[in-house]
Amino acid sequence: MRIILYMLQKEFRQIFRNRGMLPIIFIMPIVQLLILSNAATFEIKNVKIYFNDFDKSTYSARLKSKFYQTDYFQITGESINRRDSEYFLEKNLADIICEIPPDFEKDAIKYGTAKVFFKINAIDGMKAGLGVSYAQNILESFILEVNKEISYKLSPGAYASTPKNVIINYSNWFNEKLDYKTFMVPALLVLLVTLIGGFLSSLNIVREKEMGTIEQINVTPIKKHQFIIGKLLPFWLLALFVFTIGLLCTRYIFNIPLAGSLTVLYAFASIFILAIMGIGLFLSSVTDTQQQAMFVFWFIVVIFILMSGLFTPIENMPVWAQNLTRINPLRYFMEVIRMVILKGSGFSEVKNHFMIITGFAIGMNMIAVWRYRKKS
Amino acid sequence: MKRFLAFVKKEIYHIARDYRTMMILFGMPVAQILLFGFAITNEIRDANIAILDQSKDHVTEKLTNKLLSSGYFKLDSYLQSPDEIESTFKKGKIKLVIVFKEQFGEDLFRHNSADLQIIADATDPNTANTLIYYTQSIVRDFMASFNVGARPRIMISPEVRFRYNQNLKGVFLFVPGLITIILMLVTAMMTSISLTREKELGTMEVLLASPMKPFQIILAKVIPYIVLAFLISMVVLLLGYFVFGVPIRGSLALLLLELLLFVLTTLSLGILISTIAKTQLVALLLSVMGLLLPTILLSGFIFPIENMPKILQWISVIIPAKWFIIIVKDIMLKGSGLDMVWKETLVIVGFALFFIIMSLKKFKIRLG
Repeated sequence: MRIILYMLQKEFRQIFRNRGMLPIIFIMPIVQLLILSNAATFEIKNVKIYFNDFDKSTYSARLKSKFYQTDYFQITGESINRRDSEYFLEKNLADIICEIPPDFEKDAIKYGTAKVFFKINAIDGMKAGLGVSYAQNILESFILEVNKEISYKLSPGAYASTPKNVIINYSNWFNEKLDYKTFMVPALLVLLVTLIGGFLSSLNIVREKEMGTIEQINVTPIKKHQFIIGKLLPFWLLALFVFTIGLLCTRYIFNIPLAGSLTVLYAFASIFILAIMGIGLFLSSVTDTQQQAMFVFWFIVVIFILMSGLFTPIENMPVWAQNLTRINPLRYFMEVIRMVILKGSGFSEVKNHFMIITGFAIGMNMIAVWRYRKKS
Repeated sequence: MKRFLAFVKKEIYHIARDYRTMMILFGMPVAQILLFGFAITNEIRDANIAILDQSKDHVTEKLTNKLLSSGYFKLDSYLQSPDEIESTFKKGKIKLVIVFKEQFGEDLFRHNSADLQIIADATDPNTANTLIYYTQSIVRDFMASFNVGARPRIMISPEVRFRYNQNLKGVFLFVPGLITIILMLVTAMMTSISLTREKELGTMEVLLASPMKPFQIILAKVIPYIVLAFLISMVVLLLGYFVFGVPIRGSLALLLLELLLFVLTTLSLGILISTIAKTQLVALLLSVMGLLLPTILLSGFIFPIENMPKILQWISVIIPAKWFIIIVKDIMLKGSGLDMVWKETLVIVGFALFFIIMSLKKFKIRLG
């Protein structure tokens, strides 16, 4: 026990002696949260639409005005020249071109069928998909409106002929305003903790190796596990500290209330950080220089992040990829933090997550201890 | 010339010897593009839903079947009472609950109108939006088949054409961005680190004392990195082309020229960093914090710039990668020619000139 305390003393002195580290620990998390939450957004608003109205009729004007009325669309221009619209699409000045063909109104009234063309810049697939859904929805409501009018004109007051209709009410739970930041900020906390805990622990032992100071520790009677605990504990505390700062930001800067229990959150975070640090320690023992350790850690973290459900839901992945995410510790924390903060899930709902992450933490640290050798 | 080649050879040895870094430099883009191409999609299939059917008549049964056979939804469970909705959501498995009110079918026949309630788990706003739209259009379809007799008098059918990326593949957006990041990583970051390493280890003195001119020394140092960067971006291009069908619709020559121009820009940026930084760690921090992170976040690589707050949009203007990604996207996916991208090209030329002049000014033959 005493040996561990000495180790801790040494590590903390080294951390606080390094002037460059303090701002990284105290200020970086807040700055990162502020910038990331604003930059890392897939929120889709202001889809830019351009009209080619070849009909210039009452109907086409009404259809267009429907687009003007919603917040989703931003009208960037209108012409009766296809070359202009193509130019807008190619220069990214428009996301969607809506072409209303000549005789649109005539066809609709006389023959009962008409067409509208949507041309979409689909390079960003998600934006294109949602943009089309919005546009089709507007078109549907236009059709409904026009049909109501016509059937009313033909036989006023005749209820029997009105088509059967299902009125759909929808409500968005847990995030009523559909605010993208509410979705992202809790998950970004996971990112923050992973980066701090992982980078610090992976750079640490390798630094002693690079500097040659590890030899001095190796000749002391310190046991393997004491050494590892002494190395882990300070960074574990630091990462929890950063997590706390992040939680405070979530609550007071982003105004995201905590629906669930703080205890569950902290308990999970503590175990998760241990797991990440185990990975860091392991990397630290298999690499030779800080630069290498950083590159390798960066590589692994990028893959973990992509496969964690941070940006794109895991359920959308093919089955083999979904199975692959099971070995990704980040995935479990992402799920837990979103469930607990946003939905208020309790311990019983995230029991399985707890078991898995505990397994990770124990396994990774055991490998790290086993891999660390006093002899070089 | 022979002397110069010897210098280049020395640098190649340096690079090839660190096989771990090499493996990551080639492995990272390959792994990422495979993940993006195969695993990461925004397309929603088989979203888990729960149904609360308080009416249990043949209309709700039919509509339920229709919803579940659409391919978008998968039934997780039937709920028995409204109280279960929240607790089911909290388990985190389902994305949507569909509630049929009591007497749904009767209302529909007697009053021609019935209420359907959809409750979405909106923690992920995009998924919630999309699922609600899917449900709405399925219900609309269903009602259309129900109203066969009273067909609406006017039907307007939308004809949708997705341009540049017909199947809405995410990898299309990703390939141009990935090439940019790799060029940045290899040329700017690696060169700045390798130049400062010579300084830190004191071997720069040896090089400068050789009969070579400082300019030639630097040139010899960066040439292997140019080749490396080109090789890796070719791997990405070929992988995108052959595995995922990411097309190169514009002129390949133009694309390569633009690539070269961008490499020149990032190289001079790397040299500039190395003239400022004294140690590898500082060079590393400068390139990661000052280059890599802003480039990943603010270049439009993953996140669309137009949705960001105004301040971040302004900052993005001074990020060369932003302009380069526009160029690569336009040439590869839209088939644009120089007439469409000359403005962006000029911006990058401007950046290149600025960095070259700056690093020439800062470069000193004498150390310390």
